[in-house]
Amino acid sequence: MNRRQFLRHGAFTTAAGLGLALPPWARSGVSTDLRGLRSLSSSVFDLTVNRAPLTIDGRSGAGILVNDQLPAPLLRWREGDTVTLRVTNKLPVDTSIHWHGILLPFQMDGVPGVTFPGIAPGETFVYEFPLQQAGTYWYHSHSGLQEQSGHYGPIIIETRDTDPDAAEREYVILLSDWTFEDPHRVFAKLKKMSDNYNFQQRTVSEFFRDSKAQGLRATVDERMMWGAMRMNAADIADVTGATYTYLLNGHGPEDNWTGLFTPGERVRLRFINASAMSIFNVRIPELPMTVVHADGLAVKPVETDEFQIGVAETFDVIVEPQNQAYTLFAESNDRSGYARGTLTPQLGASAEVPTLRSRPTLTMKDMAMDHESHGAHSESRGDHPAMKHENMDHGSMDHGAMDHKAMDHASMNHGSTPTTETQQHPHKRGPGVVGLAMNPVNRLGERPLGLADADHRVLVYTDLKAREQNPDLRPPDRELELHLTSNMERYMWSFDGLKFSEVDESITLYRDERVRLTLVNDTMMPHPIHLHGMFFEVVTEESDYKPRKHTIVVKPGEKLSVDITADAVGDWAFHCHLLYHMHAGMMRVVSVVDQESPV
Amino acid sequence: MSALRTTVFLSLAFAGSPAAGQNAADAYYDPQAMAAARAALKESHGNQINSLVIAERMEYSHSDDKDSFVWEAQGWVGTDLHKLWFKAEGEHLEEEGTEEAEVQLLYSRAISPFWDLQAGLRHDLEPSPNRTHLVLGAQGMAPYWFEMDTAMFLSEEGKLSARVEAEYDLRLSQRLILQPRLELNLATSADRELGIGRGFFDSVAEIRLRYEFRREFAPYLGLSWGGAFGDTADLVEEGGGDPRELSIVAGLRLWF
Repeated sequence: MNRRQFLRHGAFTTAAGLGLALPPWARSGVSTDLRGLRSLSSSVFDLTVNRAPLTIDGRSGAGILVNDQLPAPLLRWREGDTVTLRVTNKLPVDTSIHWHGILLPFQMDGVPGVTFPGIAPGETFVYEFPLQQAGTYWYHSHSGLQEQSGHYGPIIIETRDTDPDAAEREYVILLSDWTFEDPHRVFAKLKKMSDNYNFQQRTVSEFFRDSKAQGLRATVDERMMWGAMRMNAADIADVTGATYTYLLNGHGPEDNWTGLFTPGERVRLRFINASAMSIFNVRIPELPMTVVHADGLAVKPVETDEFQIGVAETFDVIVEPQNQAYTLFAESNDRSGYARGTLTPQLGASAEVPTLRSRPTLTMKDMAMDHESHGAHSESRGDHPAMKHENMDHGSMDHGAMDHKAMDHASMNHGSTPTTETQQHPHKRGPGVVGLAMNPVNRLGERPLGLADADHRVLVYTDLKAREQNPDLRPPDRELELHLTSNMERYMWSFDGLKFSEVDESITLYRDERVRLTLVNDTMMPHPIHLHGMFFEVVTEESDYKPRKHTIVVKPGEKLSVDITADAVGDWAFHCHLLYHMHAGMMRVVSVVDQESPV
Repeated sequence: MSALRTTVFLSLAFAGSPAAGQNAADAYYDPQAMAAARAALKESHGNQINSLVIAERMEYSHSDDKDSFVWEAQGWVGTDLHKLWFKAEGEHLEEEGTEEAEVQLLYSRAISPFWDLQAGLRHDLEPSPNRTHLVLGAQGMAPYWFEMDTAMFLSEEGKLSARVEAEYDLRLSQRLILQPRLELNLATSADRELGIGRGFFDSVAEIRLRYEFRREFAPYLGLSWGGAFGDTADLVEEGGGDPRELSIVAGLRLWF
């Protein structure tokens, strides 16, 4: 069935009568669509990128859409197939599609200026690559800020084997953030007044409330501490519900996307966070979720009541709903708004929508200055010998300069990067770098910001264990350290104090080497860090079953490591997946080169 | 930049060159198109030109002595580190016409996370005689969130003066903001033609309560107390004026 036939076939009406721009799989409560997923399902696809009208919560606007749909069509592929995607650009500017999380030849990865020149107006670019994996992924523009305008959609790759996580019914739950403002205007406003979207600032009344609870002296001290550093403990998200409408499958909270089920069925929900800037905390009150996949790959099933999904991450969960309606609730991590949908056995029914919890406040630990918690942390993880810092070339990511033999391999098999000494910062400082993490710690076992006090189970990264043994059990040959740096006041974001615009060299890895990449977050924000082209093992206490991911949220004040097998030769983008952070310069190119290349 | 890219490209043409691992896409696509895309990617990821115009005060001011319109605005265009900055302020009296009007054009360079060093020219359109000054200043944020603007001015007459401004935003609610503001002016020598005495010659202490309907649009009410000191106060009195003055102000704060 080609696209035209499919569209004709799929052009049925929706329950709510909206969704002109919605692809069939994303439509709400469609009784003719019992499985919930109608997709472009083939091995040859025609995709057209164009500016097209859309309606969100009753308000009309225009987006940059694929096949005039928000989200873009669900692409259903089969592991082992070779897919062909003909992408036509009908925009007046260049566009691109990046296949997020897909292992492919780098020249098909779709990043203009890194892996190909981009798709010029009027041009059709043909992507073609074999599928080596199964799972839940997504695709989006890597050009300008088009992703913010709706240029994103889900991918499901069916396994060649029997799928042990197959359920009677499954839905894609694609979360995103929408603004009726021009994304370039949003970025410009952040550069003018970086806190302009924050309407949850600390106020005089919060001061009195805290004084009452914690005492005047403690409150004054705490305020003075933040003031002395000119940092804002209420700075949780840069872009907020003040301009965003949070979407679930392209539906605003009012539009209430609805998925049907029959009581007794196991339902698989494939969550994808396709937001530009929004990290969500996801829960379904009264319905426990069993996480079975993370970033497309199988993990040992783990049951939870709430999980955080960073931008660009995906989680597949299995639920077994009873005969009642449930609310799918995805709260933005600053609690300025939510995306919401309904799972129900009966069309029209809905469940109570939880109220937003109060905005979390950053702590000393987020500033990586809490010595005590570091001690407690070490205790819980055992005493690790310090890495031989003097033998490593910290911070400098240049190829060739690394000392391959100098690592203490024994110490590197441990779950956390030991930080028994004060963190070194051998990178550029200057106007773009405000904070420096003095004692960053591994926080993979900690609940995400604002969820520490939730009175139910919350997924943490250390709960994730790969279901299959890691394919490469070699210890890393060397370690690279990269710092996440920023100046929120000037809205500058960078790695090692250098914006992408200031860097000429890429980070060079040698083919098939094992590299430990240690990330130190010197900023006061969580950053979903994404490597194109290769999965990495998140270094936890697990030895052979570390979770493998393409994106990981590095908490403020955190130091964590991932192990990479550099098996994909080519140039790959590496960046913070918060769109405006990347746009501001928090990006690098990772080049995997043949070892034989002279250095 | 383009020279560098050419070098990289040329060196790629020779197998085993130092850059062999990078710009890998050149093997699959037109290297010229790749070079252009690479340059565009770099520019658009950290080197953008941005701008700001903020009219901090556009207000009607009323005191026992006079009614006037007061303005103070500034703005910039440039990158994170290098900016062209303008500042303008003045006062127009309802009866006597424009009493003060100055404009500054500065190069502003980010020198630390919170501070910019600024240098350029200031020209006073009013009062007469007009003066042009060299400006050297620092603008930024001091600890505890005090917005500061400090500058030294060297006039064509060789007179050196200085100005210090500080303001603080106290959030009563998410949109209601109380802003105290202090301005001090000092001169190392008198400029009698302009009625300026030596030393600490005048100051302004103000407080404004604004409501941010949008962050960009905030009307306000406030009180402004201005005082001249020392010789300057005497000169004001000689001219029949009151060296101390309390005004009620109402105005608008805008930025875009």
